[in-house]
Amino acid sequence: MSAPNKSYDPVEVEALKPEEIDRARDAALAAIAAAGDLEALREVKAAHAGDRSPLALANREIGALPPHAKAEAGRRVGQARGAVGQALKRRQEELEAERDERVLVEEAVDVTLPFDRVPAGARHPLTTLSERIEDVFVAMGYEVAEGPEAEAEWFNFDALNIAPDHPARTMQDTFFVQGPDGSGEGESGVVLRTHTSPVQIRSLLERKPPVYVICPGRVYRTDELDATHTPVFHQVELLAVDEGLTMADLKGTLDHMVRSLFGEDLRTRLRPSYFPFTEPSAEMDMVCFACRGESVGNPGRPCRTCSSEGWIELGGCGMVNPRVLTACGVDPERYSGFAFGFGIERMLMFRHNVEDMRDMVEGDVRFTRPFGMEI
Amino acid sequence: MRVPLSWLREYVDLPAGETGRDVAAKLIAAGLEVETVERLGAGITGPLVVGRVLAIEELTGFKKPIRYCQVDVGEANGTGEPQNIVCGATNFAVGDKVVVILPGGVLPGDFRIGSRKTYGKLSEGMICSASELGMSDDHEGIIVLPPEHEVGTDAIELLELVDEVLDIAVTPDRGYCLSMRGVAREAATAYGLPLRDPALLDVPVPNEHGHPVNVEDRRGCDRFTARTVTGVRPDAHSPIWLQRRLQKAGMRPISLAVDITNYVMLELGQPLHAYDRSRVGGAIGVRRARPGEKLTTLDGTKRELHPEDLVITDDSGPIGLAGVMGGADTEIADAREATGTTEVVIEAAHFDAVSIARTARRHKLSSEASRRFERGVDPQAASAAAQRTVDLLVLLAGGTAEAGVTEIVSPSGPHTVRMRADHPGRVAGVAYGRETVARRLQDVGCDVYGTDELTVTVPSWRPDLTDPNDLAEEVMRLEGYDALPSTLPRLPSGRGLTERQRLRRRAGRALAGAGYVEAPNYPFVGDDAFDRLGLEADDPRRRTVRLVNPLSDEEPALRTTLLPGLLAALRRNDGRGSHDLALFETGLVFRPTGQETAAVRLPVDRRPTDEELASLTAALPAQPRRAAVVLAGAREQAGWWGKGRPATWADAVEAARAVAREAGVELEVEADRHAPWHPGRCAALYAGADGERTLVGHAGELHPRVIKAMQLPARTCAMEIGLDLLERASSGAPQAPHVSTFPVATQDVALVVDASVPAAEVESALRDGAGELLESLRLFDVFTGEQLGEGKKSLAYALRFRAPDRTLTAEEATAAREAAVAAAVARTGAVLRGA
Repeated sequence: MSAPNKSYDPVEVEALKPEEIDRARDAALAAIAAAGDLEALREVKAAHAGDRSPLALANREIGALPPHAKAEAGRRVGQARGAVGQALKRRQEELEAERDERVLVEEAVDVTLPFDRVPAGARHPLTTLSERIEDVFVAMGYEVAEGPEAEAEWFNFDALNIAPDHPARTMQDTFFVQGPDGSGEGESGVVLRTHTSPVQIRSLLERKPPVYVICPGRVYRTDELDATHTPVFHQVELLAVDEGLTMADLKGTLDHMVRSLFGEDLRTRLRPSYFPFTEPSAEMDMVCFACRGESVGNPGRPCRTCSSEGWIELGGCGMVNPRVLTACGVDPERYSGFAFGFGIERMLMFRHNVEDMRDMVEGDVRFTRPFGMEI
Repeated sequence: MRVPLSWLREYVDLPAGETGRDVAAKLIAAGLEVETVERLGAGITGPLVVGRVLAIEELTGFKKPIRYCQVDVGEANGTGEPQNIVCGATNFAVGDKVVVILPGGVLPGDFRIGSRKTYGKLSEGMICSASELGMSDDHEGIIVLPPEHEVGTDAIELLELVDEVLDIAVTPDRGYCLSMRGVAREAATAYGLPLRDPALLDVPVPNEHGHPVNVEDRRGCDRFTARTVTGVRPDAHSPIWLQRRLQKAGMRPISLAVDITNYVMLELGQPLHAYDRSRVGGAIGVRRARPGEKLTTLDGTKRELHPEDLVITDDSGPIGLAGVMGGADTEIADAREATGTTEVVIEAAHFDAVSIARTARRHKLSSEASRRFERGVDPQAASAAAQRTVDLLVLLAGGTAEAGVTEIVSPSGPHTVRMRADHPGRVAGVAYGRETVARRLQDVGCDVYGTDELTVTVPSWRPDLTDPNDLAEEVMRLEGYDALPSTLPRLPSGRGLTERQRLRRRAGRALAGAGYVEAPNYPFVGDDAFDRLGLEADDPRRRTVRLVNPLSDEEPALRTTLLPGLLAALRRNDGRGSHDLALFETGLVFRPTGQETAAVRLPVDRRPTDEELASLTAALPAQPRRAAVVLAGAREQAGWWGKGRPATWADAVEAARAVAREAGVELEVEADRHAPWHPGRCAALYAGADGERTLVGHAGELHPRVIKAMQLPARTCAMEIGLDLLERASSGAPQAPHVSTFPVATQDVALVVDASVPAAEVESALRDGAGELLESLRLFDVFTGEQLGEGKKSLAYALRFRAPDRTLTAEEATAAREAAVAAAVARTGAVLRGA
C-alpha cells in the first residue's frame, strides 16, 4: 500500500484549463454544425464526443485534481460535454429528418393506381331491400315468418276467403302444379303461391295471438316477362292479430314504415279497395318522396318517380277478414287484425329508379354491383 | 267501366265547373279505382260542320282512289260557295251528309287544317273519319251522317266530341259500379247530391200473355223477364247520341236493337238479350245443358256444352249460354240483311253468379254480361231494364210494345245483417256514433233499424254486403279513410330473426364479401337442362315437380338444383362482355317426395285439425334451401401488381367452406365423381355433427362436356350446397379458445406421399399425431418433381406448437413434431423429406 502522492501538483493540468475546455467545446460544436450527413456526423461524434475526444480526456483528468478544484472543473467539463451532446442530438435529428425526407420521397408511389384485384361482390337489391323492410318491423317487435313456394291451394286461396269461384281467383293467374300422376289444373291442390298471404295463414295456425309477423318471399303469377311484369317476383306482407287492433293502427304502422324507408314527414293515403282476405280493404299510397307532390299540374317540373301523379302506389292492405280468422281457429269476436303487402320489385323500381323489370331478373353483374351489401 | 262525364251528369247535378279530375278524386276517395281521366276532343277547334256532297270527281293516275269533291257547307265558310276538298275515302256518294273541317280548324293531336295543294288540286279542308275526330278507332272511311242533319251545323256539338271519360277499374265486390246507375249513386253520395235513379220506372204488372218462358233451373235463374216489341223498323239506325255514348263507354255501335240492349246494360247494369222472335221456336227455357249438346255462340265459336252450363233454350235446344253469350241462330238480323228483324223478344234475367263464373271460365269466354253477373247484378232492376229497352225500341225503331209481360220470380226476402252500432268505430279506431253509422248506411241504400244493436237491410244491388265488416267499410269509406288517425299498436317483445334467417343473410354477405354477385333466377327448367348437365337417366334431380300451365313448354318443371339458372346467368353475363364472373344464388329447389297425395279442400268455417293440416303438408314437395356459386374467367385480375389468377375448382370449394363457416360447420372434403362436375375435379362436401356425416353438396370444375353443351366459358366452376343441411349440422355458438401467451414453437415438415393420397388425410394424421400441443397447422407448399420420383408429391406443413401453461422446450416441440410425422407415416405411407 502506498501513501498519497503529496508532491503532485494538481492545478497545473493543461487539459482542464478553462480556455482549453471552451476551445474543445467550440471546436466540437463547429464540427457538428459542419457535418453534412449522418456519416460525417458519426465521425464528428467519435472525434469530439468519443472516448478519446479532448473533452472525454479532460473529464478523465478531473479525478486527479485536489478536492477543492474538482467541483469547479467537473462543472465546466460537464457543461461543455452537455452542450456538445445536445448539439449532436439536434444535428442527428436534423440529418435523420433530411434523410427520411429524401428516402420517403424516393419511396413515393402513385396512390391513384387501381387495385381491383378481386372485384367487389354484391347482394341483389331485391334481397337487401326486403331485408331492410324486415328490419324496420323486426325493430318494432315483429318476427319474420316464411313458408313454401309450392303451396296448397287451401293456404293460398280458400283460407284467405278466396272461394274456388271467386272472381279474385281469376284475377291472379296461377301456376298450377301437377300431381304425381301428371294430373291437370287444380287436381293436385297445389299451386305456386300467388302471394305471400298463405304465410299469414300458416302463422296464425302455428302461433297463438297476439301474432305480429312479417312475411317476405318469392311469389308467382303467369305473366310474361316484360318491362313492367315478371312471372316471379317478391312480396313483403305484414300481419298483426291482437285484441282491439284498428284501421288506425294499420295506418300508423304504414306511416312508420314509409318514414323509415323514405324519410320523415312523408304522408300516406289509404284508398278504399277490395281484397277477399281483408274487410275493410284499402290501397296504400305515399306522397312521392322525390317531388313531394310538386310535379302535379306543373309540366315544367315533371317527376319520373311518380309520373307527376304526386302519389306512389305501395300496395294493398286492410283489416283481416273475420272469415280468415275463423278458418285459422282465431276467435273473431275477441281478436282483430290488420295486414298489408306490397311488391319489392315495384318498390325497388321507384326507390332506386330501375327502369326495366328485366334488369332485376337477368342477373347482370353491372346492374347488381352498385347496390353493394345493403340498400 | 268507362264513364263519360256528360252522361253521368244526367243522373247527378254535379257542380258546373267540376272537371273529370275533380270527379275522379271524389270517386277515388269513395273507393272507386279511377285509372285514367281521358279528355276527348281536347284541342279540337272548328270550323267543323255538317256538309253535303254536291259533286265527286274521281281523280285517276294515283296509287289509290282519290276524289275531288264539292261540298256545300252553308255559310260556315263565310261565302256560301261550295268547298273544294280532296278526299281519299270512297264510302260516300253525291248527296251524302258528311263532316267537314275547314281551313283554320284543328283536329285532335294538334292536326292543323289549311288549304293546300294535293293530287294536283287545291283542297280547302278535309272530310273527316271517326278516328280523325277521336270518336273511335274506326278507320272504315269517312263519317256519313243521317240525312236529317242540316248543312252548316256545328259538328263538334252534334257529335259530342268534347267530353271527359273516367275509366274505372271495378273491384269484384262492386258489381253495381259496372253501370252508370251505380257510379252515379257513388258520385251523388260523394257530392251530397240527390240521385235521379234511372231504374225508377213504371213497369207493367206481369200477365199471362207474354212470350212463354219456362225456367227449369230456379237455382241458376231466380228471375226472368220477357218483353216483346213488334213493328221494329229493320233499317232504323242508332241516333248519334246513342252511338256516341256507346263509343265513349268503349263499345262499338252495331245495330239499333243491339245498341239499345248494350246502352241499357251500361245504364242500369242489367245484361239483356234481344232475340229475333221469328227465329225462336216456341217457349224460351232455362236449364242446364245436356251431355253432348252444342251451341254456336255469337262470336262464331261452336262450343261443346258442359252439364253444369246454364243455357237458354227453345224447341230446337240451346240458343244461348245464359248470362254469358247468345247463340248465333237467334241473333238480331243486321240491318243490311235481306230479312231484317221486325219482332224482338227481350230477355232481362238474373243468373247465379257462381254458375256464370264457372261457365265463363270453362269456355274462356268473358263477356260484358258474364263480368256483370259474376260480380252481382241487381235482381230488382230486371223489369226496369226490360221496360227501358222496350221504351227505346219504341222511340227509336218505331216499334210497338206488346201488352204481354212475362215475369218469373223466385221469392226471396231482403238480406239483413246484424251489427253493433259501434262496430264500424271499433274497426276504424274512430268513434263515429250511431247517427253517422246509420246515415252512411242509408247513403249506400240500406235500411237501418235498432239503436245499439242494428239490423241492416242491404239494398238489392249490393250482394257483397254480408258481414258486419262489410258495413263497417261502407261507413269508413264514406266518412273518408283520410280521416283515420295514425296510431301504433303495443307489440309484445319480438325475438328477432331465427338462426336460419340469420344464416341465410350471413351466407349472402360472406359470398358477396368474397367477390360474388348475387343473381337470383327463375326456378323454371326443362328436361334438356338436365341433359346438358349430363345427369344420368336415373339421377334423382331429374324427378321434378311439373306445372300444369308453364309459361313455356320448354320449361315445364321446377328446378331441383340451382345450377341451370345460375349457369344461364353466367352465360348471359359472359355474352354481354363480362368475362371474369363470380355469381351466387340462394333459393329453394323443389324435390318430389314421391309420396305426395292430392291436397284436399279443407273447410274454412273452423280451424282444420292437425291431421287435416298434415295432409296438406304431405301434398307438397320437399323445398330445401340451397346456396350455389358459379365462376369463370379470372378470380384475381392481372394488373400493375402482377399476374392474375384464373378461377379454379379450389375457389368453388372455398366458397362452400365460406358458407359452411357461417353456419359454424367445418366441411370435410372428399374427391367424388358427380355430374355436372369434372370427374377428377369434383369435391363432395360433408358436414359432421354428433359423429354423423352428411353429404351437404358438391364443388369443383364443371365437366368439359357440360361446358360445351351449355356454351359456358372454359373451366367454369360451380358449387352447390344445402343451407338447411348446414344449419342442421351447425355446432351452435362458437366456444372461446384459451389464448396462451407463452411463446410459440414453429416446426416445418415436408412429407413425400403418393400423388393419390389426399392432402386432407395427411393433415388429419398430422393433427391426430401432434396431440394437444399443436396450435395450428398449415399446408404451405405442394411440390412434385423428378427428384421425388414418379407418382409422388411433397407436402410441406408449418406446425405451430404451444402449451397453455409454460414455454415449450425444444425437446417437447420436436417430440410433438415427430409424433405427428409418425402418425402420417403410419396412416398415409408418408416419408419425411430429407430424412
